[in-house]
Amino acid sequence: MTLKTKLGATTALVLAGTTVFSAANAQEMANDMTIVSWGGAYQNSQLKAYVEPYIAANPDVTVVWDESSAEAVAKLRAMNEAGNITWDLVDVEAADGIRLCDEGLVMEIDVEEMLAEGDDGTSAEDDFGDSLVSDCFIPQIVFSTTVGYRTDMVGDTPPSDICAIFDLETYPGMRSLNRRPLANMEWALLCDGVAKDDIYDVLATDEGQAQAFAKLDTIKENVVWWTAGADTPQLLADGEVVMGSTYNGRLFSAIAEQDQPIGMLWDAQMLDYDGWVIPDGLSEERLARVMDFVRFATDTQRLADQAAYISYGPARASSAPLVGDHAELGIPMAEHMPTDPANATNVFVTQYAFWSDYRDDLDAKFQAWLAQ
Amino acid sequence: MSNATTGPYNLTGVTPDTGLKVGQSDESGPVLAADGTSLKSSLNRALRKQKMRALLLIAPLLFFILVTFIYPIGEMLFRSVENQIVGETLPRTVVELADWDADVTDVPDAPVFSALTKDLMVAVEEKNHTRLGSRLNYELSGVSSLFRKSGRGVDDFGEVYTDQFVALDPAWEDPATFIAIFAGERWLTANAAYDGEGPRPTFRLAPGVEDVLPETARMYADFARVVQVEDDDNPAEEDPWNAVYLALYEDLSAGAVIPADFPQAALLTQAQDAVATFDTEDLRAQFVEIDEDWADREVWRIIQGYSAPYTAGYFLNAVDLQQTPDGVAWRPENQQIYITLFIRTMIMSTAITLACILLGYPVAWLMANLPARQANLLMILVLLPFWTSLLVRTSAWKVMLQREGVINDLLVWIGIVADDNRLALINNATGTIIAMTHILLPFMILPLYSVMKTIPVSYTRAAKSLGATNWTAFWRVYFPQSVPGIGAGSILVFILAIGYYITPEIVGGTKGVFISNRIAYHISSSLNWGLAAALGAILLVIVLALYWAYDRIVGIDNVKLGG
Repeated sequence: MTLKTKLGATTALVLAGTTVFSAANAQEMANDMTIVSWGGAYQNSQLKAYVEPYIAANPDVTVVWDESSAEAVAKLRAMNEAGNITWDLVDVEAADGIRLCDEGLVMEIDVEEMLAEGDDGTSAEDDFGDSLVSDCFIPQIVFSTTVGYRTDMVGDTPPSDICAIFDLETYPGMRSLNRRPLANMEWALLCDGVAKDDIYDVLATDEGQAQAFAKLDTIKENVVWWTAGADTPQLLADGEVVMGSTYNGRLFSAIAEQDQPIGMLWDAQMLDYDGWVIPDGLSEERLARVMDFVRFATDTQRLADQAAYISYGPARASSAPLVGDHAELGIPMAEHMPTDPANATNVFVTQYAFWSDYRDDLDAKFQAWLAQ
Repeated sequence: MSNATTGPYNLTGVTPDTGLKVGQSDESGPVLAADGTSLKSSLNRALRKQKMRALLLIAPLLFFILVTFIYPIGEMLFRSVENQIVGETLPRTVVELADWDADVTDVPDAPVFSALTKDLMVAVEEKNHTRLGSRLNYELSGVSSLFRKSGRGVDDFGEVYTDQFVALDPAWEDPATFIAIFAGERWLTANAAYDGEGPRPTFRLAPGVEDVLPETARMYADFARVVQVEDDDNPAEEDPWNAVYLALYEDLSAGAVIPADFPQAALLTQAQDAVATFDTEDLRAQFVEIDEDWADREVWRIIQGYSAPYTAGYFLNAVDLQQTPDGVAWRPENQQIYITLFIRTMIMSTAITLACILLGYPVAWLMANLPARQANLLMILVLLPFWTSLLVRTSAWKVMLQREGVINDLLVWIGIVADDNRLALINNATGTIIAMTHILLPFMILPLYSVMKTIPVSYTRAAKSLGATNWTAFWRVYFPQSVPGIGAGSILVFILAIGYYITPEIVGGTKGVFISNRIAYHISSSLNWGLAAALGAILLVIVLALYWAYDRIVGIDNVKLGG
């Protein structure tokens, strides 16, 4: 085929396509969807629990994955400025969801209208409950930042509460902590004797921040600061650190799937949500497809299914009783959920309002403190 | 015709030898080309043609660089001073606030709060208020939630006036009343004819209405625009916001003169007679009830201080300074970080460059002096890491350098280091220097090699035959000739090093990170692009300054990248 005929053919196709489209109903759905997620085991759980069943029911749909969730906020802003949105659905942490919503980069969601009601008949709004932290955020999972330790390096008394991090006498050696103020500041105050209910009030003051840094100072020389969730499990496996904070799903995978000599704490775990946001400015066809998918992917059964692949809890209350066994190991997953009553005796729920106000300020101080 | 003469010298018009003749007869006159124009301009024209042709050849590249490099960078750098968001989001408040003096009154007067009500109402509907909150939160913690909280309550502000207008005459409840007063004739016709296809006709105010009811007209125009653009609804069918009634109350009580032929003149005059007895609403108290920070002088100072369209705030922040009411001052000591990082970036980049020279020089010398076979093998060894992914190489260093890593294990096994006192080679400046020296080494070796390749062996031999020792022959004869290679390699390595961030991020811990890590953080995580742009601009200026200094000291002509 010569170039000319090729061009001619393409033009004809495009023209034909345009006619078909304009003739079609406005509710016509696009068949391509770009979903943005974190890659790794987490993305795989979404593939197995949401996307594969959806494609089985809608064979025309193709899904392209983009593993850019870590840079989603910056990239969505850039796309918005360039006026070309190439993503259809983005998986982000709640804090990022709130920022994107504040910036007007993602769509506001009408929970009752757009999401399915619970299997047990509760309304979507009640079923998601506290996890609806922003007008734009469609929650999927509850995860927590918590502490893991080397069972063979802590002697006869494995740590049982969070303050073990600050106890260099009983547990000498290096620790790994997140290179962000979140969770570290709360834990420092908690272990410095501040009552749990007062922590955010104290942290809002200069004296309270100084107190938290003073507590962190006591272990500063013994800390490796991590930036990726995979760092701590690796450092623990290598014997580089005695204990360290990371996401509970990472610890579950190191303990149950890889059989490492690692134990974990649930004490003072920092609960957080992860969920979908829909970029603002999608065409009607694309939006219709995304809404259809989201309604399916966040219903009670799908959220419960996801727990078979990763140990993060479903964001819906009605999904909890349906959580079954691990897809490969066959062990019951309910007891590995951060929301399981046995694990959730002492939890922090991330205070998004506080962090959106103090994030910049505390981060500047935290980084300056690290650099000193 | 008395002065008419004859003879060859008095012929007029151009002849083939005119140029020659002029050249001979008048030494200082312009040299002419064959066509009679001056030689200079003729030459220039020919040269210009050549230049144009050359320019056309590189035009695609020039255009490409302009579009994909210069323009985006320029735009990014522009963000470091841009601050339109405050004036655009709070246009009325900024004007009212201009006269406020923080030293005289603690909190601005009622007109400012009224302006804020109207601005915030528009901003909330256009979803700009949280954006503004995030912007001002860079300057003062807590402003972000202040705006978000206030945004949720502001649509009720001014309701007292709405209720009283409606109680006065139910016609005030009807959107048609407002349309009759404010809508322009042409828009009315176009709006009535609108059939749902394409964009709605843009709302236009009736001529003259702005003179009679200025505040209300402006508020209503905002309302109509938001209804059309944000909600895609028809303003003629929507109830105006409370803020429109608030503006109307203000216009009427300020003594607006309603002409007799004004639309709804009777209704307006009746209202004007009544407004004096209206119950009023203390907007300031309302705001303070939502969040007591509205009574905080600092909040207003920040809004006032950042109301100009351009700001030096980001640049000040980038060098650990801040704008205070008393002028520019250092930030609190526990927030100072950027100067430390700039200095650290410079020192560590210099250390990396020196390490690259020390390690790269002998390798390049060997490559230049070995027989071709061995030299090629060596070249492949130098290039091999070049072809390996940066992340793989950096992660490999992690395995090598960590406490339980290969190097420490080896040292413990040999017995140089005690098992309980292993060296900290990673997550600090040492780790960054080691890993980055390795990564940047080829950039030093290659220019060195290409320069050394061109130094004739006979020079060193000649020096030795004249009695120089090996050292003198190297130091006085060989080394000076290889300096251009060192210069080129150093510039490459140094400039690459100060912009690096992936490697320091992975192996640098807290003491080994560079300024670029903070830039990356502000771009991708904190979204403070203004600060990131300011930091980037400073880094760019430092590089240019160093380059200039290098040119002055070493001379850029002495730099050789190849033979």
